[in-house]
Amino acid sequence: MRKITIAAILATLMLALSLPGLAQDVVELRMTWYTDGNEDEVMRDLLDRFEMENSDIRVVMDNVPYQAGILEALPVQLAAGEGPDMARVTNLGGLAEFYLDLTPHLSDPDYWLDSFGGTLGWLRQAGQMEGIHGFPTQLTITGPIINRTLFEQAGVAVPSDASDQVTWEEWAAAANEVADILEIPFPMAMDRSGHRFAGPAISMGAKYFDDEGHPLVAGDEGFRAMAELFVNWHNEGTMPLEIWAANTGYAGANEEFGNSQVVFYMSGSWQVGQFTDQIGDAFDWQVVPNPCGPGGCTGMPGGASLVAISDTEHPAEVARVMEYLAREDILGEFSARTLFIPAHRGLATSGVDFDTDLELAKAALGVFTAQVGTLEQTAFDLQGYPFNFLVFNAARDRLTQAIVGELTLDEAIERIQEDVDEQLAEQMGG
Amino acid sequence: MTTLDGNLQTERKGPLSRLSAALEAGAGSLFAWLMNTLEILVRPIERWLGMERIGYFFILPNLLIFGVFVLFPMLLNFYISFTSGTEIYPQHRNFVGFGNYEFLFDCENVFEPNSCNEDLFWRGVFNTIFFVVVQVSGMVAVSLVTALVLNGKIRARGFFRSVFFYPVLLSPVVVALVWKWILQRDGVLNSILIALGGDRVQFLVNADWATLWVIVISIWALMGFYTLILLAGLQAIPGELYEAGQIDGTGRWQSFRFITMPLLMPTMFVVLVLSLIRAVQVFDQVYALTGGGPGTTTHFIVQYIYTVGFSNTIKRFGLAAAASVLLGATLLVLTLLQLRAVRSNESGGVRHEHRDPPSFTKHLHPDARPHALASDGPAVLFVVALRHGRHVRAGDLGLDVFFQDPGGVD
Repeated sequence: MRKITIAAILATLMLALSLPGLAQDVVELRMTWYTDGNEDEVMRDLLDRFEMENSDIRVVMDNVPYQAGILEALPVQLAAGEGPDMARVTNLGGLAEFYLDLTPHLSDPDYWLDSFGGTLGWLRQAGQMEGIHGFPTQLTITGPIINRTLFEQAGVAVPSDASDQVTWEEWAAAANEVADILEIPFPMAMDRSGHRFAGPAISMGAKYFDDEGHPLVAGDEGFRAMAELFVNWHNEGTMPLEIWAANTGYAGANEEFGNSQVVFYMSGSWQVGQFTDQIGDAFDWQVVPNPCGPGGCTGMPGGASLVAISDTEHPAEVARVMEYLAREDILGEFSARTLFIPAHRGLATSGVDFDTDLELAKAALGVFTAQVGTLEQTAFDLQGYPFNFLVFNAARDRLTQAIVGELTLDEAIERIQEDVDEQLAEQMGG
Repeated sequence: MTTLDGNLQTERKGPLSRLSAALEAGAGSLFAWLMNTLEILVRPIERWLGMERIGYFFILPNLLIFGVFVLFPMLLNFYISFTSGTEIYPQHRNFVGFGNYEFLFDCENVFEPNSCNEDLFWRGVFNTIFFVVVQVSGMVAVSLVTALVLNGKIRARGFFRSVFFYPVLLSPVVVALVWKWILQRDGVLNSILIALGGDRVQFLVNADWATLWVIVISIWALMGFYTLILLAGLQAIPGELYEAGQIDGTGRWQSFRFITMPLLMPTMFVVLVLSLIRAVQVFDQVYALTGGGPGTTTHFIVQYIYTVGFSNTIKRFGLAAAASVLLGATLLVLTLLQLRAVRSNESGGVRHEHRDPPSFTKHLHPDARPHALASDGPAVLFVVALRHGRHVRAGDLGLDVFFQDPGGVD
């Protein structure tokens, strides 16, 4: 009995001593993530399956708020060398200096180059031509979503039913007519974002860059034309002050649209999943082609990417996770379940069988996907510019001041240029 | 039974009393053991340092914490204000001398923010000045009136004293979110207005309304604390003075003008100093309520520092540090001026020397005591100590006047 007791104690001790050793064999990776709809659940599910196949890696997802966690805290963490191993980002080029080049750790880099093509360039620093730092979890296209039910109730024809080339002014007139008849508070709304404003501005002829590729809005007639329309819409009541004037940072009008308070909502493809869940078929919401101007009928491309962070202590393990998530079948499942448009050549060719029975959602995704071909080159150039967030945020904040009357439109445009120039100078070391 | 001086007097009987006595004795023994152990540890240090210097040993832990978390960041911030670039670590940053300060002060006309290079800084400065002047004036006035009312003989006085203090216990963000719910487009207030046949008002979108509500809400949220201090000051005024005044035929206004106000003035200065410092630092509540908007109407100086240093795409730490150094210097000057005013006021003979300093926390409601002492308590102690020119113990400060209604002291 005594021998059995001693043996049991020794066995327990050995097991206890060996546990830390076993634990050390499991590499823990951290992934900073944000979610617009259900993508956190889908990603967690995919990671669970990855962990079952790869018992030596555990991925912890830190689900953070978009504004505070991704836009504000993450850059500081990365600059301090305290970032995660992977992160889902939207300021693609702005954080490029912190990305890890996965190329040496990938089993088949050509797959990445073939599948993700030009979007890999959005993750590179200015002047950098090579390097695989991550992959887009989705391609986004900005564009308008209308409440078709309101048009029908008001007896107003939907302008895009008759033509694919509807101007911004024509949409504004139609939305105002619907709002007047039905006493809807907001004829039009746009997310409080310089990225959302950029598509319409390019449609009105904005160039955004000078000949040397430096961001330039001062003296850009197209930019001014859209800015003038935009400010006037707020002053006339076509657009609500609640979204742009009474907020700081990013603000969406998705809740107002979901509550049928908005006739015409300028947002983007990432809303489809959320509207499918939250609106469903409560009313007919419909994506319509981007309105037109002298510069075209363009929205803005964009998206979020999952990137590897260069400070990671486990680059090989990070690469294994990324390779798994970037696989065509896995990314296809992710896109299908989240209702995101994939930025993957193979999936674009084969198509994604989106996981929804809602015809409204399928139609919306179809229109957004078709918009890719109508995007202007300036839109791609602006999206690929590493410091595009500087331009977007300066436009957002200064146009807000013009809306509330603190600055004239020309003063606001001048300030946008100064803000961009000063922050770029700071970025270069002051 | 609780007496006015706060001592607990009980007559113990029965097994519960005996258990209580045993526990008390046990606690006493434990305390004695701890003290003896401490003495064994401290005695050699005392011999080594000497009796005169042993005090430094006792304040060393606190000094270390102060040094690491306050003094060092302050000095680091001061250095960073002379650097530029986006690097976080000081050794990697470019030294630019007074470049950031010159940039902030680069104005054609300092009173016209649009003529300044960094217009948002100056908008923040002028918005803050306006806020401080109106909010502090309003805060002192409303707190004084409330304290006078609560000091009188009204029904349910204890209840009202608690009601006015309650918002002080709330987080500023909670206060902001509750009021946002009330004031937003489809909020409670607009619903009431529409139900009464009125029109919808854009309380948080119209610049004038937003400014008004930001001030009103900050007064509402904090007035309980300042009322409490003034109430303590009011109750420290001896009743005999009013009786003497009545014999001399003074009316209510004359009593207020010639007895209450002069004797309350030192306490008013305490309230003024505290509310002024707090008003200059305004940020979290307003940021959650309006985000600084509409436009930059409620964009205050601390929000400017936060935006430039942490929220913008390119973090301009040097510029934010320079602005925070200027803000710190302004606060320091304001505080010194106020303290000087307090001292000159005392030397002018308005202090009531015949009374002990007002007792603020002795009978404070147990839930509120930690908050009061943890937040503004040290500042209150500090200012009161300066005013009375001697050490003041927390126990000397009796906030009981706010929460309890002992009777007979009015």
